Amino acid sequence: MKIGSQTIQLENTPKLLQTASMVGPKEMDGPLNQFFDLHTDDVFLGEKSFEKAESKMLEQCVNHLLSKAGMNNSMIDYIFAGDLLNQCISSGYAIRNLNIPFIGLYGACSTFCESLALAASFVNANYGKNIIATTSSHFCSAERQFRMPLEHGNQQSPTSQCTVTGTGAALVVPNSSSIHSLYITHVTFGKVIDFGIKDMTNMGAAMMPAAYSTITTHLQDTKRKLDYYDAIVTGDLGILGSELLVDQFQKEGYDISHIHKDCGVLIYDKEKQDTHCGGSGCGCMASVFSGYFFEQLKSKKMNKILIVSTGALMSPLSIQQGESIPSIAHAVAIENEV
Amino acid sequence: MNTNIDMSNKEYSDYVEKKATNSPLLKNIFWAFLVGGIICMIGQAITDVFLKFGFPKEQASTYTTIILIFLGAFLTSINLYSKLGKFAGAGSVIPITGFSNSVVAPAIEFKTEGYILGLGANMFKIAGPVLVYGVTSSIIVGFFYWLIKIFL
Repeated sequence: MKIGSQTIQLENTPKLLQTASMVGPKEMDGPLNQFFDLHTDDVFLGEKSFEKAESKMLEQCVNHLLSKAGMNNSMIDYIFAGDLLNQCISSGYAIRNLNIPFIGLYGACSTFCESLALAASFVNANYGKNIIATTSSHFCSAERQFRMPLEHGNQQSPTSQCTVTGTGAALVVPNSSSIHSLYITHVTFGKVIDFGIKDMTNMGAAMMPAAYSTITTHLQDTKRKLDYYDAIVTGDLGILGSELLVDQFQKEGYDISHIHKDCGVLIYDKEKQDTHCGGSGCGCMASVFSGYFFEQLKSKKMNKILIVSTGALMSPLSIQQGESIPSIAHAVAIENEV
Repeated sequence: MNTNIDMSNKEYSDYVEKKATNSPLLKNIFWAFLVGGIICMIGQAITDVFLKFGFPKEQASTYTTIILIFLGAFLTSINLYSKLGKFAGAGSVIPITGFSNSVVAPAIEFKTEGYILGLGANMFKIAGPVLVYGVTSSIIVGFFYWLIKIFL
């Protein structure tokens, strides 16, 4: 049921049954390493190209999710998936082997919430019983598409972020009293917002207004207050973007510094890992949510969170043509009780 | 709660710029000077050795260039040049070793797309513009040099 201007209330409260995550070596060196299910030390995963490696990582993660949930691929109705590469090849090639109906999505780094929101909406509407939402990103495949070759000796801007090599997958099922898991209660789809930032090395600043718009619209639509949530988790605003978001709420008279978390800030240790403003990419929120936040909710350390993944909808081409960076954010509310 | 940010694009850009950390300019300049200087000193040393062994000056500097290009390519292939570039910046980009790095790095990266359309087509992705405008400007300068020589 649609409520307010942009939010869907999932009146049948689908459940988030299980998640799985997989990350690369740099993420395993970071502070969240104990929360990830799978990891690889080899950025190639034994493949010949980084694109194939990313695909393989996504496939392994989905297979791990199925085994954790005690299911096989014939029991899955649909899979919503996306990544950063042109024509979403990581997802398409990975799902080719899985034999599950596939809905490919692109929302840049906002794709995780986009796919989770759509999966939850599908289950809520009874279009399917077991639906997977998953996204991936790989540092090396993203670098070569968006930036310079890896071996090129150059300096990064202090506002730049590092694409996470990681993937996360979540399984959404219909509400049933026999299943003890989390509820997905609301989803809010964001508008495309552009404040004229043109610097591709400062995505946090470009994406902050989108995150702000989606969070405030979500609160307005659901008539909830900020302190309703134990945490408001953004995807990859990074250190600067997070600071700008906290500041923006401050200007409106709200202090969110104690409940705001950002997956891009959490995943790396800035001082030790030289990651400038933090992590980014589709795999950033996917792996951090599926690994860390799912665990926090399961163990009741948190009970209600709003996850907001943020995406910058530019391409290297549009940047070369002098365009600014339009951004988007989608939000999903996940709660222990309804 | 206001769902819109009450700022114009210009105001937002200025505000972001004020908030963002700037590059550590002095530190970057220092390292660029030091590393760039050391690379040039190595080049000079190689030239001096050739001169000492009796090679004419022009030949000595050609051989030096070839050796420096090889060193840049070699260090790129063992993933050291990118590490050097991280703190040396312009110090390792500007010398000929940096030019070599900018050709070898895409060559390694695009090998997966095949030798023709991958490696061959992308090898000069970074160095290409330098060549285009380097050659163009040298032609223009050469033309004026020729003109001046006619009249003087």
